[in-house]
Amino acid sequence: MKKHLKGIRVEHHKETKVRAIRLMPPPKKVYIPMVQHIGAPCEPQVAVGDWVKMGQVIGDSRAFISAPIHASGSGQVTNITKETTQHGQNITIIEITLDGKQEWADDLAPPVINCLEDFQRALRNSGLVGLGGAAFPTHVKYKTNELQSVDTLIVNGAECEPYITSDCREMLERGSSVLYGIDAIVKHLNLKKAYIGIEKNKPEIISYMKALTAGRSYIEVVPLREQYPQGAERVLVYETTGKHLLAGQLPASMGIIMSNVTTVIKLDWYLKTGKPLISRVLTVTGNAITKPQNVEAWIGTPLSEVVEFCGGYSKPPKKLILGGPMMGRAIPTDQFVVQKGNNALLAFDETMAGVAQETPCINCGRCVAGCPMNLMPTLLWKAFKRRDVERLNELNVLSCMECGCCSYVCPAKKQLGYINHLGKKLVMAKKQGGGK
Amino acid sequence: MDYKVVSAAPHAVSPVTTQSIMRDVVISLSLTAILAVIAYGLTGLCLMAVCVAACVFFEWGYCKIVKKPLTTKDYSAVVTGLILALNLPSTLPLWMAIIGCFIAIIVVKQLFGGLGQNFANPAIVGRIALMVSFATPMTTWMVDGVASATPLATYHAGLAVPANLELLLYSVGGSMGEVSGLALILGGLYLVIRKVISPVIPLVYVATVGLFSLCLGQDPLFHMLAGGVLLGAIFMATDYVTSPITTKGRVIFAIGCGLFTMVIRCYSSYPEGTSFAILLMNLLTPLIDRATMVHLNGIPKKGGANQ
Repeated sequence: MKKHLKGIRVEHHKETKVRAIRLMPPPKKVYIPMVQHIGAPCEPQVAVGDWVKMGQVIGDSRAFISAPIHASGSGQVTNITKETTQHGQNITIIEITLDGKQEWADDLAPPVINCLEDFQRALRNSGLVGLGGAAFPTHVKYKTNELQSVDTLIVNGAECEPYITSDCREMLERGSSVLYGIDAIVKHLNLKKAYIGIEKNKPEIISYMKALTAGRSYIEVVPLREQYPQGAERVLVYETTGKHLLAGQLPASMGIIMSNVTTVIKLDWYLKTGKPLISRVLTVTGNAITKPQNVEAWIGTPLSEVVEFCGGYSKPPKKLILGGPMMGRAIPTDQFVVQKGNNALLAFDETMAGVAQETPCINCGRCVAGCPMNLMPTLLWKAFKRRDVERLNELNVLSCMECGCCSYVCPAKKQLGYINHLGKKLVMAKKQGGGK
Repeated sequence: MDYKVVSAAPHAVSPVTTQSIMRDVVISLSLTAILAVIAYGLTGLCLMAVCVAACVFFEWGYCKIVKKPLTTKDYSAVVTGLILALNLPSTLPLWMAIIGCFIAIIVVKQLFGGLGQNFANPAIVGRIALMVSFATPMTTWMVDGVASATPLATYHAGLAVPANLELLLYSVGGSMGEVSGLALILGGLYLVIRKVISPVIPLVYVATVGLFSLCLGQDPLFHMLAGGVLLGAIFMATDYVTSPITTKGRVIFAIGCGLFTMVIRCYSSYPEGTSFAILLMNLLTPLIDRATMVHLNGIPKKGGANQ
């Protein structure tokens, strides 16, 4: 019998699975932040007063770890200012007042790819970042030094977070793009094998994908257990290939490259049309949303307008989350805008807004039994209380991927995952301080 | 601007709380408690009520005196009181029971830092303190107004013992909680189904007792059903605070409990050894925990911390 990594059961809440993707009409104005990825910020390539067209580059950087940013609508640049974005940083934002015509830039054409370098350049020009939420520039991932030894692609369609169904809808409605996207990656990187990991709570998608990939022996659809967090990088690598990734190791060191399924779909779209990433699907749901559904929204659209498109709030929202309830980010206001990495907007009333009071640890071991990495969160918590950096390191706090399983199951309502986050910072600070 | 609540992920948490866990334990013990009342009448009910009330009172009083946040809401004192009562003969004078509660809650639990900090199971130490202090009332078992011996004591003395079926279903004589093995097993099943306890400790404990008696050529079923083994294995050895955190550790812990129970039963002057065995293993728990830590995925067992 195959061994599985530990994890937890969470309620799926995937009601929006049956809601087809609806394209949002362009808003009056879009506000496009110059950082929507992990890496160096982009510099504006336009000035106030310039007219821009859809798909035109408006932000770019010379740094390697960065991704260009494109105009998500045609219109005039009316302001360039600095504002706080959803990640809490002060970022340059380009405001474009749209003309409503949504005209594509004239010079967009499918890229001509003759070699690996062409493919990598195309990835960069597409503006793609990891669309599962991490927002790591895709071209950087596909340009790793270990590319020579990479022979396996893992497409992440697990969508293990509750509530979110955007990947699910993408696969259902744009299934052929998954295929062609995989084909392109397999061809240009000269890979041998591709896995598509899909959690078993989406049986219809699994059978659809199996039917679609029937003629391709190098693609294997892997049904994943209904257990959070199947979509976490290390968990998915293990569940598909049986290999363990150690802390700090990237999948490439094991000959694996992993991309989210929506990233693959958008990649196929770019290769076919030359049109870069300027819109993406968000699952808009939660008990404070009038009409929960999947929306294809333009990058830079204010979240409040996305909610408006979904019938507005049904009751006063007390908690807004970008991403899923397990790893998503709570945001203080809906005045932020849609960014490349956002896959869901959840709005809840006060029933989800409370933070439960902590009670003493009773040593029940639920956190240990739930940790996919095999860490001991209760010991980490004790070490953190003493600020014992050495012990935190010994207990491998740096291997914590902050999936939140330990916090979820803790009957004492300790925020163990967050404590690990703080513990990691302590260890990292010590390592940097002591190393020099 | 109307700002919303922000907090660290995860934003959803499981509905299981310390309070709900303790409530489940009380529910799982209720069948045994009802049977005990049927068997021992008002005296039994009175003893249970006094133990629960005393434990909650001591917990409340201690929190008030040292100005700690009140922890009576989590029902842990109720659980301690109930388990202690079920470990006592129904005829024990109430004032003695109250002393047991004081030792359990104040000495073992609160003085060591309260819930989660106690080194041993409070109810067990309460019972042992009473055993040692008041040996006669603690081992005088009245059945229908006549003093009698427990099945284990009779067995110890080499006399005829009740049938195993009787022990399993309903038998009077012994501590109140030993009235029915089946009621305890059903309670344990409830806890396993509700995922409050893992079945590892009870199964391994009882199996060890069975195997050991088999090796000695004694009736394994009798040893598994008689005395406090079921009560101890299901409700006391599974106490989170004083048992190991990993499954491997729990197996070692339960084997130790089973071995010591049988060693005391067969080779000491005490007819019963459950409490002492569990207490001993409680004290070894930190060492077992240290020896059975789980290893990070992908790190070879012998490898140290990852660099």
